[in-house]
Amino acid sequence: MIIVTVEDQKGRIQQLEIPEDIDLNLMETLKTFQYPMRATCGGMGLCADCHCRVIQGDNLLPEQLDQEIMTLEAVPESDYDSRLSCQIKVGRAISGLSIKLLGPAE
Amino acid sequence: MEKIVTDICIIGAGPVGLFAVFEAGLLKMRCHLVDVLPQVGGQLSEIYPQKPIYDIPGFPVINAQELVDGLMEQIKPFNPTFSLGQRVDELEKLEDGSFIVKTFEDTEVHSKVVVIAGGLGCFEPRKPAIENLEQFEGKGVSYMVRNPELYRDKKLVLAGGGDSALDWTIFLADIASEVTLVHRGDSFRGAPDSAEKVVELAQQGRINLVLQSNITAISGNGRLKNVLVVDKNREQQTIAADYLIPLFGLTPKLGPIADWGLNIDKSAIEVNTIDYSTNIEGVFAIGDINTYPGKLKLILCGFHEAALMAQSAFKFVYPDLKLSFKYTTVYGVNTF
Repeated sequence: MIIVTVEDQKGRIQQLEIPEDIDLNLMETLKTFQYPMRATCGGMGLCADCHCRVIQGDNLLPEQLDQEIMTLEAVPESDYDSRLSCQIKVGRAISGLSIKLLGPAE
Repeated sequence: MEKIVTDICIIGAGPVGLFAVFEAGLLKMRCHLVDVLPQVGGQLSEIYPQKPIYDIPGFPVINAQELVDGLMEQIKPFNPTFSLGQRVDELEKLEDGSFIVKTFEDTEVHSKVVVIAGGLGCFEPRKPAIENLEQFEGKGVSYMVRNPELYRDKKLVLAGGGDSALDWTIFLADIASEVTLVHRGDSFRGAPDSAEKVVELAQQGRINLVLQSNITAISGNGRLKNVLVVDKNREQQTIAADYLIPLFGLTPKLGPIADWGLNIDKSAIEVNTIDYSTNIEGVFAIGDINTYPGKLKLILCGFHEAALMAQSAFKFVYPDLKLSFKYTTVYGVNTF
């Protein structure tokens, strides 16, 4: 089981137990847990609807690729701990991650 | 004021709105399209023009912009007309059942049917979280450069790190008396040529480049006067500015459509899947903007919705005619 802690836009905190064979990115995974996720670009790292802040576990995440950096640079409220959840592949490596959702709640 | 009379007013010139012109055209209905973006294509042209799409029937792979170009070619025989760069504001239903769609830019479209193909809504500028920002909109703060001459010999602060911030910085450096570009990052990942040019301009002292910084406050007495910038070490500096232009791209918002009396569920318009009609007779909603049980936000689903919508719209445009369904393979595409 992969454990990810999520604080939503309204401040509600939930610990998700994600099956290891889920084979989705984090944005898609959050959708399966019924988080409202607009995801205009559908997961291409272009729209920043799935913008989140990493509260804990930055070291568990893959390096940002250029597309993610470029998109985040265009988001005024992004900061050094910002990530796009669609660019994070869910797997055992990210278990223990804690994030706060910042994108629009649909 | 510009007045346009047509059979169907389509709000949104994305792929589904464009294909609706084709389906309407086969039934001899003329269309006028209104879109807030300055170009057709909606999300495809605005967000991912070079990305491949794999689920358009008959095209194993097609680039988003190529699909838009193909749709424009496909609907050309039906002579659609466009109001681009205009945001719809009001919908008025007249006594005879027809509609007037008004835009902020003072265009009025009189039609028998309204089709909302607005995708995720109007693309609006993404605004930075500065407390009193809206108070200074039109009084020094703007989110796009409409008329560069407005900035001649003025002090400008631009914010952002994307291509648009880079390009306008370069362009306005020759016009304004002082240009400052504030960017959150320590480098630019936009077009390398533009990024290089901006750094060069800063080295020549022709612009001020403020990196690893954010704008946290603005102030002025009725008009913008100062911009407060804070860097990553929490050091503050105040920059005198006649204008602030935050350039952080666009993000979709449902906008005024939300106030038209349509049944809305989570920013989407509820429709009847028989013909994608809304709760207002004569108004249809197709593509990503509608919702119904089992809805999939796919371009191909939007195309299907457009076809069914057109069959029903016919009754409003030609109430005295009988509709007989025809295949294009048998009858071809008869234009008007």
